[in-house]
Amino acid sequence: MFLIGVIALFIAMILMLYRLYVGPTLYDRVLATNSFGTTTVLFIGVIGFLTERPDFLDIALLYALINFVGTIAILKFFRYRAMGDYPQPEHPEDMQ
Amino acid sequence: MSGVYQPLTIGFGAMSAIVATYVIHRMNVVDEDRVPLALHPVRMLQYWVWLMVEIAKSNIAVTKIILARDMPIRQNFFTAPCTEKTELAQVIFANSITLTPGTITVETEDDHFWVHALAYSADDPDALMDMDARVLAVETGGRA
Amino acid sequence: MSLFVDILSWACILGGGFFTIIGAVGTLRFPDFWSRLHAVSVSDSAGMLLFILGMCLQAGLTLVTLKLVLIGIFLFITGPTATHAVANAALVTGLRPPIANDIEPEVEGGA
Repeated sequence: MFLIGVIALFIAMILMLYRLYVGPTLYDRVLATNSFGTTTVLFIGVIGFLTERPDFLDIALLYALINFVGTIAILKFFRYRAMGDYPQPEHPEDMQ
Repeated sequence: MSGVYQPLTIGFGAMSAIVATYVIHRMNVVDEDRVPLALHPVRMLQYWVWLMVEIAKSNIAVTKIILARDMPIRQNFFTAPCTEKTELAQVIFANSITLTPGTITVETEDDHFWVHALAYSADDPDALMDMDARVLAVETGGRA
Repeated sequence: MSLFVDILSWACILGGGFFTIIGAVGTLRFPDFWSRLHAVSVSDSAGMLLFILGMCLQAGLTLVTLKLVLIGIFLFITGPTATHAVANAALVTGLRPPIANDIEPEVEGGA
């Protein structure tokens, strides 16, 4: 039964990779990356159950943390690099 | 978390926690922003149950839109009033809006949020006001 | 009893897989960035919660369940926050959401 879960997550990951590849705007890609990360966390967890090695959950937990920090870091980087072309935001602290 | 409870490992953990707390205390960051945990626990539990039901309902709604052949999207970008006082309650409200598929908080201001809806209907602002009242009940402990 | 829990957890994992795929299909089918945000939130909320619940039921009351609940709570908080951050960054850098033709747009005060 876990095998079906793994296959479903795998299909979802491939679809998200496709969106990551074609995504017309930068934010589409960031969104796809974030969602891909969430799916990966679940994927690692289910793989751990499938192979009966629950230690994988530690890796999944760590991946969840890194995924969130990574998304915020990417957004922050691109936001401040692209800001020259646009009017100054009123609330630059909203990102935090 | 690893299931190993030897005194050595626990001692290392406690030691690093104490050192980290000491360093942070020296940096004086703790004193400036404290989050007051002034939430009503029973109301919080009720709110969680209610939120789960809402998430289930809106998930089914968005799934129908995704699977429909012509995708009846009716996007709108509107304001939702926000009456919570503390930042924590505002964060709970904004995250609840985003967590239910179909609505996303885009911009937050002091007394209202900008919300983006996927399939807007005329009831949506009322539904958000209902959610706002429930979060306010969690914050103050009053009736929803 | 054990069979009942098994069936329940299988149903949860199947439902989680279904919603995750639906979210991914939504990200492919929807026409623009703002609607894709909503599709992603399907797989982030329903898919994630059902998968975690299904795995919790399989694990029983052990340390594994504690870790799963931690992962669940963490994703439950950070998922919407990351979505909000993406939407907010897109809005600030000038990507305006499209509004359906039959709706009177509100005047933009913020951002």
